[in-house]
Amino acid sequence: MNAPTMEIPAAAMAISAGEPKAADTAAASNRFLVLEHHPENGTLLGFWLYLMSDCLIFACLFACYAVLGRSYAAGPSGADLFDLPVVAINTSLLLLSSITYGFAMLAMQRKRMQSTLVWLAITGLFGAGFLYLELSEFTHLIQEGAGPGRSAFLSAFFTLVGTHGLHVTFGLIWLVTLMVQLGQTGFTPANRRRLQCLSLFWHFLDVVWIGVFTFVYLMGVLP
Amino acid sequence: MSAQHHESASAALHGRNDDHGHDDHPAHEEGHDHGSLGSYVIGFLLAVMLTAIPFWLVMAKVIANPQTTAVVLLAFAAVQVVVHMVYFLHMNPKSEGGWNMLALIFTTMLVVIMMSGSLWVMYHLNHNMMPVPMSKMRDMP
Amino acid sequence: MFDHVDLTKLIFGRLTLEAIPYQEPILQITFAMVALGGLTVFALMTWFRAWGPFWRDWVTSIDHKKIGIMYIVLALVMLLRGFADALMMRAQQAMSFGDQAGFLPPHHYDQIFTAHGVIMIFFVAMPLVTGLMNFVVPLQIGARDVAFPFLNNFSFWMTTCGAMLTMASLFVGEFARTGWLAYPPLSGIAASPDVGVDYYIWSLQIAGVGTLLSGINLIATIVKMRAPGMTMMRMPVFTWTALCTNVLIVAAFPVLTAVLGLLSLDRYFGTAFFSNDLGGNAMMYVNLIWIWGHPEVYILVLPVFGIFSEIVSTFSSKRLFGYSSMVYATVVITLLSYLVWLHHFFTMGSGASVNSFFGITTMIISIPTGAKIFNWLFTMYRGRIRFEVPMLWTIGFMITFVIGGMTGVLLAVPSADFVLHNSLFLIAHFHNVIIGGVVFGCFAGITYWFPKAFGYKLDAFWGKCAFWFWFIGFYFAFMPLYVLGLMGVTRRLSHFEDPTLQIWFVIAAIGAGLIALGIGSFLIGMVVSYRNREALRDLTGDPWGGRTLEWSTSSPPPAYNFAFTPRVHDTDAWADMKAAGYVRPLTGFVPIHMPKNTAAGFLISVLSAVFGFAAIWHMWLIAGLSFVTLLAAAIIHTFNYARDYYIPADEVVSTENERTRLLGTQG
Repeated sequence: MNAPTMEIPAAAMAISAGEPKAADTAAASNRFLVLEHHPENGTLLGFWLYLMSDCLIFACLFACYAVLGRSYAAGPSGADLFDLPVVAINTSLLLLSSITYGFAMLAMQRKRMQSTLVWLAITGLFGAGFLYLELSEFTHLIQEGAGPGRSAFLSAFFTLVGTHGLHVTFGLIWLVTLMVQLGQTGFTPANRRRLQCLSLFWHFLDVVWIGVFTFVYLMGVLP
Repeated sequence: MSAQHHESASAALHGRNDDHGHDDHPAHEEGHDHGSLGSYVIGFLLAVMLTAIPFWLVMAKVIANPQTTAVVLLAFAAVQVVVHMVYFLHMNPKSEGGWNMLALIFTTMLVVIMMSGSLWVMYHLNHNMMPVPMSKMRDMP
Repeated sequence: MFDHVDLTKLIFGRLTLEAIPYQEPILQITFAMVALGGLTVFALMTWFRAWGPFWRDWVTSIDHKKIGIMYIVLALVMLLRGFADALMMRAQQAMSFGDQAGFLPPHHYDQIFTAHGVIMIFFVAMPLVTGLMNFVVPLQIGARDVAFPFLNNFSFWMTTCGAMLTMASLFVGEFARTGWLAYPPLSGIAASPDVGVDYYIWSLQIAGVGTLLSGINLIATIVKMRAPGMTMMRMPVFTWTALCTNVLIVAAFPVLTAVLGLLSLDRYFGTAFFSNDLGGNAMMYVNLIWIWGHPEVYILVLPVFGIFSEIVSTFSSKRLFGYSSMVYATVVITLLSYLVWLHHFFTMGSGASVNSFFGITTMIISIPTGAKIFNWLFTMYRGRIRFEVPMLWTIGFMITFVIGGMTGVLLAVPSADFVLHNSLFLIAHFHNVIIGGVVFGCFAGITYWFPKAFGYKLDAFWGKCAFWFWFIGFYFAFMPLYVLGLMGVTRRLSHFEDPTLQIWFVIAAIGAGLIALGIGSFLIGMVVSYRNREALRDLTGDPWGGRTLEWSTSSPPPAYNFAFTPRVHDTDAWADMKAAGYVRPLTGFVPIHMPKNTAAGFLISVLSAVFGFAAIWHMWLIAGLSFVTLLAAAIIHTFNYARDYYIPADEVVSTENERTRLLGTQG
């Protein structure tokens, strides 16, 4: 069914060989025909569209938090619960991971595999640190009796922050997978495209986090 | 015609690991700006400032009025989102032939409609439907 | 340390033998029929050794044409299920008056109206429009496939697996009894502790992933893969409407995913989003789900507008009147559809200011829609109209849809809506636009593009029968509901006290019977056409005198669609090519770069369905295992870089020579 990979150069040779003949017949119709048309690759656009749809999922969760975020049900409020210094550390971890991912992309442009992998690993470590702090915050809250079932405010809080954390987790899994693939197959066009997609994903999560720390944490502790 | 043809033939040669269609020839990558060291560092510094100031405003209780603080915080967040979009996500009106920008504008519009619409609708719902004390009931039309 | 009972719980969750409703006669009969049908199909497939080709050519196929056809087959199968529900409801309501209780207990009746709504919207209307877009759009824009062929296959199987989960609820456990949007608190864990709502949630989540990905896929296809020369304002109208629809899909379905996710958190983890206590707010669910729900209506109807535009101009043998106004109207509808969601719950109590805003935006939408109707009429005006079956559906649509639109504007008046909310008037209204619009449009589209897909036309006699039964049946079935709604009868009732109402329900039931004949005629028409296929054969590839690129290739099109990519100089590209004396090239074919079939999409979808089923029944061990396997399968799939191949030039040459020979026999 499918031509073995070995045959492809031969097949491509046939394109050039067949050209004069093609020009003869196509000349009559060349107002209408293109011999071989290669549309642009749509992956980056498609991935960007996916991110936009993801953005709307977050918009929903933000809307829920906006509507329900002050429904404490006589339970603890944001001012009682949030530990801003920890949030600040978390924010800086994510911000640092953003720029280290940027360095990885720069290394990729210069085709330096070793340094790309190192920067990716550092990004991954920052991401893991972020997740660790977030999980310890969650366990601490739940131990205090301020779990997601305590009030609508806490439901919205855990869901919004947790969904972001879940995205970071998937980002990490993807990062590791991609590092393995880079090591195996190098900077192929497909791999470079994947690195670009993950770059978009990772920076996008940082953008969402801006919303989270402003809207949830900082505004949450205001009276 | 024939020059174009040769180019596509070579693209076919290179693109065999591709999903479909052809590969990112350097010539086709103009739309995807990877940024430079300088732009990443500028972006990072701006982001750090735009993050640090809001934290400082809240933690040091700089502004007395919480409503004013909230507005200032949201303004900082909005600026920071733009900074990230430009310096980290390399958003520009040309990438992917403008479709990325168009999608972003459309999404932003929907996010605004969804957030403000929900808040508006639910605020009025609560205002109209929540039980009110009898004393206030007398004042209602 | 596990004793026996715990292990059972871990593996089977809350699934016990009692979950299988073997004491219900209706379900017994259904099950017997389904089992018999399944066995017959299985036996036939084995007898004809069809399993291998089925797997190779269909299940694992990434060909957009085959996937489009499979979507439509799925939709037609689910239409039978959804319509069976409709018949049962009509029969129940026609007989259940006073002392008569009818044949459906309320518990069962509630499941039926929920399943009817869910199936008809998600598993009939959506696959129909997605299938048509999948099949037609790449052909119309002169592309060889969609932008992400693997994702296309994956999307289809996710949709199918969602549908299968809904069907499973028929025989294992039960379906939701909440209405098709599952409003809390009724859908909350306190009021619906059983598996019905969970079936609902997981079916829609799994199918929703498929829908979202196919939306992204088609946008990227339309944006990136148009033939050279096809600028945005030279795209066929159907492609334009498909683009707008897919934009709506990508922008609306995440909201559904999010809100169903929140509902499942409420049900599984005891959060308090939509609960009555702890500060939750059930109306927030209603608010959010309609932010998805209203655009969803336009997701269904916009492509149908595109289908009618193609059909009207083809069968009037004229260029479409007001092409650019058609495009702008479509874009305006796309934007406005996000500003009207509250009209579905005017009675919630947001007050006059909010209600009047949404009332006015709703009425504004009728302006671009009206503009479209006029465009179609002006296209027909002084055209040479051929009243073939697709054109009949189109005219039926124009009459019916205008009536539905008018009752829609009535409902858009908030004060009138307070009287008509949740009444049968509403039911009549939305069936009026969905049947008159979406269903008529999809039948028109299927009839129109059937020869392109299979190489022969559908039988005209049975097509006309189907149209007239549907058309007349629709009016019999739903005009009485308008009357009943005005008299104040509310929806979703399984029993009535007032015997004077009965005559209207009997008329409606007769209407449903007529529609059943319409569906029957359509299916008979398929069989008759298949048996008569040599007489109905079309060798030209252009049986209707079409105007867009899909008619320029053979019927059915080769795997690569176009041996040479067409260059476009006009909106009606194929009409332009024919007028300018286009000559089909006979030599000079080159190898063609195509994507390769893969089983990954099917496997990952099946794993998702297993995960969904396990989550429904709280089988945590299986849920965990299937989730990990799912993740692993997805990762392993990304290690597969060899996703394409070349169709050798020889194969292209022999395909094209065969077409030359067939065209020669035409004379």
